[in-house]
Parts: sequence; C-alpha cells; structure tokens
Amino acid sequence: MPEEKIRILIAKPGLDGHDRGAKVIARALRDAGMEVIYTGLRQTPEMIVEAALQEDVDAIGLSILSGAHMTLFPRVIQLLKEKGLDDVLVFGGGIIPDQDVPELKRLGVRGIFGPGTSTDTIVEFVREEIRRHRAGEPRQ
Amino acid sequence: MAGDARALARLISLVEDEDPSARAALAILYPRTGRAHLVGITGAPGTGKSTLVNEMAKVYRRRELTVGIVAVDPTSPFSGGAILGDRVRMRELAGDPGIFIRSMATRGSLGGLARATSDAVKVLDAAGYDRVLIETVGAGQAEVDIAKTAHTTIVVEAPGFGDDIQAIKAGILEIADVFAVNKADREGADSTVTALEMMLDLNGTQVGRWRPPIIKTVAIRGDGVPDLVDRVEAHYDHLRDSGLLARKEEERVRDELVALLQHELTQALLASLRPGELDEWVRRVARREADPYAAAQSLVHRRSR
Amino acid sequence: MFDRKELERIEADRRRWEDTTLKESLKRLPECREKFITVSGEPVQRLYTPADIAGVDFNRDIGWPGEFPFTRGVHPTMYRSRPWTMRMFAGFGTAEETNARFKYLLKHGETGLSVAFDMPTLYGYDTDAPEAAGEFGKCGVAVSSLADMEILFDGIPMGEITTSMTINAPAAVIWAMYLVAAEKQGWKMEQLGGTIQNDILKEYIAQKEFLFPPKPSMRLIVDTIEFGSKHVPKWNTISISGYHIREAGATAAQELAFTLADGMTYVEWAMQRGLDVDEFAPRLSFFFNAHMDFFEEIAKYRAARRIWAKVMRDKFGAKNPRSWWLRFHTQTAGCSLTAQQPENNIVRTALEALSAVLGGTQSLHTNSMDEALALPSEKAVTIALRTQQIIAHESGVVNTVDPLAGSFFVEALTNRMEEEANRYFREIEALGGVLPAIEKGYFQRQIAESAYRYQREIDTKSRVVVGVNEYVAEEPLEIPLLEMDREGERRQIARLQRVRAERNNEAVSQKLAALEEAARGTQNLMPFIIEAVREYATLGEICDVFRKVFGEYREPVYF
Repeated sequence: MPEEKIRILIAKPGLDGHDRGAKVIARALRDAGMEVIYTGLRQTPEMIVEAALQEDVDAIGLSILSGAHMTLFPRVIQLLKEKGLDDVLVFGGGIIPDQDVPELKRLGVRGIFGPGTSTDTIVEFVREEIRRHRAGEPRQ
Repeated sequence: MAGDARALARLISLVEDEDPSARAALAILYPRTGRAHLVGITGAPGTGKSTLVNEMAKVYRRRELTVGIVAVDPTSPFSGGAILGDRVRMRELAGDPGIFIRSMATRGSLGGLARATSDAVKVLDAAGYDRVLIETVGAGQAEVDIAKTAHTTIVVEAPGFGDDIQAIKAGILEIADVFAVNKADREGADSTVTALEMMLDLNGTQVGRWRPPIIKTVAIRGDGVPDLVDRVEAHYDHLRDSGLLARKEEERVRDELVALLQHELTQALLASLRPGELDEWVRRVARREADPYAAAQSLVHRRSR
Repeated sequence: MFDRKELERIEADRRRWEDTTLKESLKRLPECREKFITVSGEPVQRLYTPADIAGVDFNRDIGWPGEFPFTRGVHPTMYRSRPWTMRMFAGFGTAEETNARFKYLLKHGETGLSVAFDMPTLYGYDTDAPEAAGEFGKCGVAVSSLADMEILFDGIPMGEITTSMTINAPAAVIWAMYLVAAEKQGWKMEQLGGTIQNDILKEYIAQKEFLFPPKPSMRLIVDTIEFGSKHVPKWNTISISGYHIREAGATAAQELAFTLADGMTYVEWAMQRGLDVDEFAPRLSFFFNAHMDFFEEIAKYRAARRIWAKVMRDKFGAKNPRSWWLRFHTQTAGCSLTAQQPENNIVRTALEALSAVLGGTQSLHTNSMDEALALPSEKAVTIALRTQQIIAHESGVVNTVDPLAGSFFVEALTNRMEEEANRYFREIEALGGVLPAIEKGYFQRQIAESAYRYQREIDTKSRVVVGVNEYVAEEPLEIPLLEMDREGERRQIARLQRVRAERNNEAVSQKLAALEEAARGTQNLMPFIIEAVREYATLGEICDVFRKVFGEYREPVYF
C-alpha cells in the first residue's frame, strides 16, 4: 500500500554518552510505526543536518544531557536554514533548565521534553506536528 | 539533478512511498542510468558489513570516485516502523559531498532489500555516483535479490559466525562474486577461508569462469579493504570483457519487468473486483468449500470474461 | 538454619494460615495489584518465611562480618569504628571554581574529594579542541594540563585527603597529572590515597565514553594497576562500576552481574600480565548504584560481597583475605530523580542512601535534588550531604552491623541475586567472555530491553512515579540554579595557550615521541605518561598519540 511514512532522525550531538533516553525514544517511535534513523553518539551539528538532508526526514530529535544545548541547538537550526530545510520539525530532550526553554523555542525548537516525559507524549507530538505540516496547516 | 542532494533525497522518498509522481521522474531518469557500478554487500548480522561499506567508500574516494550508499534494515512486522542504524558506522564519511548515504527500511519485502531499493539505486546511478554500494539486511536465507540488483555481490563472513562448511549458508555460491572474510585478526579466520576454498573447489572451476576470490579484511582498521576493492573492480571488468554484463543486465531487466507485471496485474485485478468479492472467496476457501487454486483461476477468468 | 521437622511444621502452618486468616482477609480486602514487582521487574511474594531460606547455612552463607564470605560486611565492626566516607562528586567550570567548591565541601564536613571532569576532558580533548565546542565545564571541571591540576588542588593537602576521580578512557593521563601535582606539593607517591575510576568495560557496555578499541584500553588499565601496586600502594587503580550500567537502564541483577563479570575480566588480564593476584586485588574497588527499591538494593550489595569473595578465593586462588573483599562506593540513582517537584528528590535520595548504608557501603555520594535539571547548586549539595549526616548520626542504623541479616525476605532476595548473577555469568561465558559479548552487543541489548520495559511501565502507569505520572502538580520551580562564571572558558583557553607557549616545547616533543614508541611496544606506559605530563604536555596531545597508535573505537548499536 502506498503511504507516506514518517521518517525521523534521532541524534546525540555533543560529547556525552548517555544514550538511554535517545534509544528509548527511538524504540517508541519505531513501535509507533515510524522509520527512525539513529545516527549514534558524538554527532556534530554538521553531521546531523547532512544526515537529515540525505535521509529526507520529517523531524529531528536531539538528546543532550551534557549542558551544551545552548550551543548545539542553535547551530543545528542555523544549518537547517542554510540548507533550506526550515520545514523539518526539530525537538529535543535531555537535561535542559526551564530558563533556557523560551530561547530555544524562539529559535525554532518546537518541543522540549525533559526527564519524566512519557514516550506516548512524544509520539503524539511528532504525529500531530507532522500531520499538521503535511496538511499544510500553519505551525502554531 | 546531480549536485542537488535535497532533490535526490526527496525523490528517493517519493519512490519509497510509491508516490505516482515518482514514476514519471524515474521514466525521465531512466536513460541516464546504467553507468554506475552497483556493488551489493551481504552477510550475517555482526559480520561487520556497515564498517566494511564505510572503509570501501573511503578507498573509492581516495581514487576520486563518488559513492552512493543504500543501507537496508528490516521493518518491524509488528509496528511497521524501523530503526535504521547503519549510519553509525559510517560517521567518517560525513561532510564529503562525493558521498550520499541513504537508509531504507524493507517495508514488508522479504529478500533482504526493500521493494524500492532498485529504484533508489537507479536514482543514485542517474545522479552520477560512480559506485553504488548496497548493504542488505543480512538476516536469514541467502539473499538472491541482491545478486539480481547488483553487478558485483560481496558476501561477508567472519570467524565465529560459522567456521565450517555446514554453517556457511547454502546458496551463497550462487550469489557471491567476492568473499570478504572480515575480522580476520581473530582466531578462526584461516579456517573460515579454508572452508570457503573447499566449497569453491567442490563446486568445480571451469576455465574462463570467474572464481570468487576470498579476501581477508579487518574493516575496523581498513586492513585488506583496498585489495577487496581491487577485486570488486576486477569482477566488473570481467563482466564487461566477457559480455556477461550485457547478459546480466538483460536478466535483471527481465526480472524487473516480470515483477512489475505481477504487481501491475495484481493491482489491476484487485481493483476490478466487486467490493467484498475477494473476502467471499477468502471465506469459502477458509471453510474448505473451494480450494485456493480454483479460487485464483476463477478470479482471473472472471476478469477476462 | 532450621531443621527439617521445624520447616515442615512451618509449612503446614503456612497452609493453615492461607486457608483461614488470609482467605478471610482477602475476601474483605483484596490486594491492590495482581503482581507486586521490584524496580527491576522481579516478582515479590506476599510473605517470606523460613521455608524461603531453607537452604541457608548460617556460617557458610551469612557468617561473620570481616570473615569469608563477607555477606555482612568487610569490617568486623563496620560503622561502629568508622563511618563511611561522605564523598560528594563535584566539579564544574574552571579549576579555580571547582577548587573553591572543594574547600567549601571540606569545610562542611565532607571527608573525601570526588572530582567530576567535563566532557572534553573525559574524551581526552583540550578545552580549545573543535570537538569541545559548547561543552566546557558543563558536566565537570576542565583539566587540560598539569597547570589546571595544580590549581584544582591549590591549598588542599593532597597527601592528607583521599581523592576519587571519575575518569576512564584517559584515566592514566589524569592520574599522572595528579601524581605530579602532588609531587610538586612535596608528597611522595606512597603517601597518596584515592581512586581513579579507570573502568573502560562499562564504557563500552553502558556509558559510551570510550576512546580506543578494547584491547589497547585494557592494556592501559593493566599498566595503571601494575604501576599502582608497585609505586602508589594506597591508590585504588580501578573502580569497577555498575553505577552507569544501572543508569543506562539495567536491572539490579544485571548491574550486579555485569559489574562483577567486568571485575573478573580485569583480574584475568592483570594475571595474564604476570601480576600476583594478591599484589593487586586488594586495590580493586567497586562502585554501585542505589536505586529506589530498598530491599532489592540491600540484597544486591550483600550478594556482591559474597560472590566476589568466592570468585577471588576459588576461581583466582587469592590467598590474602583482603583480596576477597569487595569494597564499594555508592551513588544514589541519578535516573530516579525527577525534574517535576524536585524537592521530592531529597526524599528519594535519603531512601536510596539508607539502603546503601544498610548494605554496607564504604563511601557514598548523595545526589542533589536539582540534578535532573542542571548542575547542583551549593544549597542543594549541602542538603544532600546533610542527608548522609542525618543517617549517620540520627537514624541509629549505624549502631549494629548488617541489621537486616536473618530477615527471611532479605536473605531470600540475596540468594536470588546471587543465582541471577550466576545465570548471567554463564551466558557471558558462553559468548566467550566480556569482550566478545561487548562486540556482539549482548550487554547493550540486555540493557536497552530493560530500559524500555521500565519506561513502558511508567508510561502505562503500572509503575507510579510521584509527581511524574501520579500526584502531578504544575508548580513554579523555586530551585536556585548554579550560575557559572561566563568568562571561565575564555580564561581556561588563555591559560592553556600560555602553558603551550611557556613550556619547553622541545622537551614536550621528545617525551611525546618516546611515549609513541613505547605505545607501539609492550612496556608499561605510566612512566612515559608521567614524563610527558611533567613537561606540561596536554591531555589532548597525549591522547592524540594514543589515538594515532591505537585507533578510535566505534560503537556497535543495538536496540
């Protein structure tokens, strides 16, 4: 049956090796029927954006626990813009203090999911955002 | 199209999603295909296929050849989703515009490739990549699909993944053009080589026929990979010089055409049925009121009436 | 512990109780859940009786503290003679900032230092390496050269305190910096005490902060073990760690089994080097997690001691009783902390810390309530330290040794832990040992499976986490978060560049060349590293030598 699968990149930028969350999310998204491109640890923003482009993904999920999020997220967003990939949904998780969230959202990170977020919440978020995008509805 | 990686990526998605617009695009691209050397890499999980692909791509790049890579991973039969993790081993290729990597899920296809793999390969071929490396799922039975899609098929073995003849999968002789015994720094590598040699000997060698070479590699260090690439190139030369390339291409086109016909005719037939007609037959066959052969015959002839 | 007659009588009585009292009660008051399970997903019975520990032989299995098999503790008097070391993991920003935090903690009654390094340091990069962008000082202190180490311990008498350093892939280099910095303070190597984590196997298994492939990494570790046993006898040259395995999602039994299997692998490698087991084994130490399931954790620590004692004596033929000891550090579970209602984390940490104490830990780190949000603030760290002090001085649990011994439940759980661990040992053995099992993704798969199961339990609310999936409240957060010196990175890079400009660069090149040659051979690398460090060769430069000679490891990915 022809169908438009959701393809999603899960990446761990920066140096920290705590991939528990990234892997749990990757599995949950797979179990929700999505195709998850998992690129592993120590990804630079350049590598992430290149993979997103070649894999033609609908969304990028980044997991950062090292505290480098205020450097890495903006860089990824900037590179996406440069490559004309502005329409790719970007969301993130990890240890991200509340005070940094408004700035990240302003930059274009659509969802920030801290510890304790249920995987169902993230799956729903991704589905709804992509449904909206594909239907041509504006992002809120 | 070459150079616009974004368009390339998008087109592969359309092909995967069986989007009607993909067909038109493929038709336009078709005359520009047939230039790339298509290399299949298959072998059991854990033999190091992705790392080998990574190292091969590096060797090709040093020889100033561009490389497209299609890496296939299985779709979960339960959810329809997939985790595609082959890029992890290919991180060193990042940032090189002469390389394009695409991960694909099998989406229900059983042969170790996705149904759309050969079309994705055509897209990369038409985009001008000199070599296209196709990494299969590598699970279970001998993967005949890859031998049909690729010009040269590398079968990867590793010590500890079955060192004796019995353990080496039946049917690989038919598909292997080159053997790579990877992780060759491990104990048992030589006995894996010996087992393969014996198998080739038992199969008999005819003069002028290609005998698959067996190359020892340690992909993680790149050892043996230039030699492997040399042999892969030599195989292509052999195909071309012996006229086999043209024959193989015809065989491939025939298979492709037959497969397309099957697909088209089935779709057309199913579309022509009354709503519920198929279900009726299903129920009757399930209740043993009809046999499946008669049911199929009846459905086909019903249409031609 | 019970004769057969008595057990039969108890069994009969149990059946009577079930048919009468229990049956009546269940009619009126059914149980809330069909299944009761531990945090690890293991079933727990309604009631434990002597029948559940029928096979236990008091002397053989429980025995006496300070004696084989050490189920009750490695010291005869435990905390009555010496409380555990309260060791708070600390480090952020520049060496100056962390030095100040160390002094603060020592002033407030901390009894040992524990250094957290930042990500670039953990990966063997200098602060100004491109790979380090955005990571400076975020998860710990940056130490790029001996100059940083000297500042980190400025005004702290290195021969009088003990220091634990959480460093793995580049552990040999950081340890060398510590040794040279202490030497410059005027201490001799024999006087220095502390621990380097230096456990690379758990990096491949769980934490993923590896640099080189397994074999050269193991060589570096055996080099430090050998060097330590000859020259720094009071130093624990390895802390075999289950903590990170657990944080990655393993169950208690997996944490226990994988850690001890790692331990055995180090012993095997050191013995293959020709070291006498009794020479190095007393310096092996362990590091476990304290998760939320109180009794399961206590059983885990007790089983760990018993298994290790047997392994060291019977498998490796160690003769010195000290070689049989499993001494361990504990940290409360970071993964049990919640970002929601963070004050609740104080209570979680207290319960976890209590289980570690009841399990006989030698040292303890208690997490701060805000660690699911950011690096801990001073206030949060102080409360965490006070938690330990309250357990030590107010709760009374230190008054007797191994207070839970003889509990039908705890002894039965201890036995089950041991059986589970043995089952995992057999599986690992069947795969050819720890290194082949890593390459085949065995551990990674087991852990990913457990992590996913646990997350699904929370998602489906079959497991309640207060404030996360039940008792949820939207409250504004009132936790003061740590502010770091924004100029720190710039100052650190300036210092690094000054070091590179002012040192004897010819000597540095020579020492690095000598190190490279030694790395290609089989000599112990510690003396070469120390020589390079002394000339202020940087961490990145030394690790580049290793990267060149050994290559870099790429992870296999398993879900």
